[in-house]
Amino acid sequence: MSKIHEAFARARSENRAALIGYLPAGFPTRDGAIECIRAMVAGGVDIVEIGLPYSDPVMDGPTIQEAVDISLANGTKIVDVLDTVKHIASDGTPTLVMSYWNPIERLGVDKFAAEMAAAGGAGVITPDLTPEEAAAWNVATDSNHIDRVFLVALSSTNERIATVAAETTGFIYAGAVMGVTGARTSLSGAVQDLVARTRQASDLPIAVGLGVSTPEQAHDIAQYADGVIVGSAFVNAINAGGAQAAQQLAEQLSVGVKRS
Amino acid sequence: MSNDSVVVPDTLGHFGPFGGRFVPEALMAALDEIDDAFHKAILDPTFIAELNDLLVNYTGRPSPLTVAKNFSKYCGGATILLKREDLNHTGSHKINNVLGQALLTKRMGKTRVIAETGAGQHGVATATAAALFGLECVVYMGEEDTRRQALNVARMRLLGATVVPVTTGSRTLKDAINEAMRDWVANVESTHYLFGTVAGPAPFPELVREFHRVIGKEARQQMLDRFNRLPDAVVACVGGGSNAIGIFHEFIPDAQVRLIGIEAGGDGVETGRHASTITGGAVGVLHGARSFVLQDDDGQTVESHSISAGLDYPGVGPEHAYLHHTGRAEYRPVTDSQAMEAFQLLSQSEGIIPAIETSHALYGAMTLGKELGSDAVILINLSGRGDKDVETAARWFGMTE
Ligand SMILES: Cc1ncc(COP(=O)(O)O)c(C=O)c1O
Repeated sequence: MSKIHEAFARARSENRAALIGYLPAGFPTRDGAIECIRAMVAGGVDIVEIGLPYSDPVMDGPTIQEAVDISLANGTKIVDVLDTVKHIASDGTPTLVMSYWNPIERLGVDKFAAEMAAAGGAGVITPDLTPEEAAAWNVATDSNHIDRVFLVALSSTNERIATVAAETTGFIYAGAVMGVTGARTSLSGAVQDLVARTRQASDLPIAVGLGVSTPEQAHDIAQYADGVIVGSAFVNAINAGGAQAAQQLAEQLSVGVKRS
Repeated sequence: MSNDSVVVPDTLGHFGPFGGRFVPEALMAALDEIDDAFHKAILDPTFIAELNDLLVNYTGRPSPLTVAKNFSKYCGGATILLKREDLNHTGSHKINNVLGQALLTKRMGKTRVIAETGAGQHGVATATAAALFGLECVVYMGEEDTRRQALNVARMRLLGATVVPVTTGSRTLKDAINEAMRDWVANVESTHYLFGTVAGPAPFPELVREFHRVIGKEARQQMLDRFNRLPDAVVACVGGGSNAIGIFHEFIPDAQVRLIGIEAGGDGVETGRHASTITGGAVGVLHGARSFVLQDDDGQTVESHSISAGLDYPGVGPEHAYLHHTGRAEYRPVTDSQAMEAFQLLSQSEGIIPAIETSHALYGAMTLGKELGSDAVILINLSGRGDKDVETAARWFGMTE
């Protein structure tokens, strides 16, 4: 069983959803990111998503855009992202990278997949790559034994969900809002329907992200999804109170993801 | 040389290795909807009649072909013909695409349009169509561009549009597109993204091309009717590439006609401060399609530089990448100062003040004319008028008090 599936299985056996935490590499600094991610894991994060900072993050709202700008201004390169993966994965934490497509294509799809595998990474989430354009990526991820995670959206038809489900490995990422990343005060009820429609098409775990920030939201989602993904709220916490605040938020969220 | 029997794009929007769709899943349904509406519309005689009526009676098409007798002397004596897209309503070629997409917006039942703009010409055209069709309109424009194209910001606001200055990144066209995509992904149910050039995810490169093909169709017929021949070369400036594709397309099967796209050379390609994406970039994915991109070794977009807001973009439409790849079209850079020289020469020899974007094509024709000699016939797409640029030009030429 892959590290990711082990983490989902453990959460299920504890009658809760898995908690997935996102942070861009190089934010607030290169070492600071590693420290903050370790604090998130200490607070109860099961699976880590490390963002690869990109100059044109069209799926991200202001919170993550600013964090990514800081990271890029710090000089973060792909090698630094892979090095961050290596640190976190060597702790035994299942670690994914979330990356827009161009940096992967620029490095070379096979090289990127191979270097992720060498760093101990478990998989890659690609928010602007859909299965239609993924032929080379499918081969590269398969041959390097890392997962490739595609997204389903509230606007996805059942036909598209089936297409995405057929190509995804690891877990399926269900977007909770129509829009960019960033904390939201309320989430649409449609996401539960999206998860249900996705279940019809796949036996893979389904994790819900985009806009999720509070333990209450995590709790609601945990009742029907296998994982809860939180990003911007961790960035906000770190901006306010550093690694300690990130750990506290993880502790609160890890209570939230329990099934009642 | 290209095999002209290959149909581009394919059904997934690929022009050979370029194009396609690299977008969030959340936008896939909307892109499918546009693709479907577009392909139905162009086979629907009612749609075609409506669009033609607008092009003739609102835009003022066909646009004239002007013989630039005096400017010819700066072009090695070659015969210079100007396809006058500057005389369209709103002052550039951009209106051709905008009216087509505004009609599509109506057909899709959407009530709001958003657009990106660099020079402001696409924003003005979109605000104009929104006024005409009763659509809500929001235009994203880099803050740097709102400053250098202030006249167009005022025009958009007078037309009832909301102009949002974008303060992220380089504060130019690239960042305006990012912000428009973010708006679209959140409001896609009510909103059509009225994309302004032949870049972006499929079907935009094909759709925008089809709405601008009228430029080349008219020009080719005007050449045959008045001169009984085709030009030796067709020259157009390339930002995203819409005016160039529009005038090139009808000539693609005419293998003897050279197609030459002029990119913005900024301070010179060798300085690294330029917007010559094909000349100085590498293959990559930006804003939803694979094409040439100005980028570093990590795939981070590098900021472009050009005096011209409309050409100041680190990407280019995928069909241009394809035409470059097949060798059917050639792409050359023209610097800021060369473009401004052509701006002044056309203004003072023909009484036509061109847009700074267009001035790049004019300088390209000056060089080409000298290469080809006085027997040559060169067709230039005069993509827009320069009213919006008078302040920049006055500063450039030291004419401000
Ligand atoms: C007059 C004019 N020409 C050319 C352009 C460049 O766009 P494209 O390359 O899509 O024709 C612009 C864009 O703003 C423009 O206003």
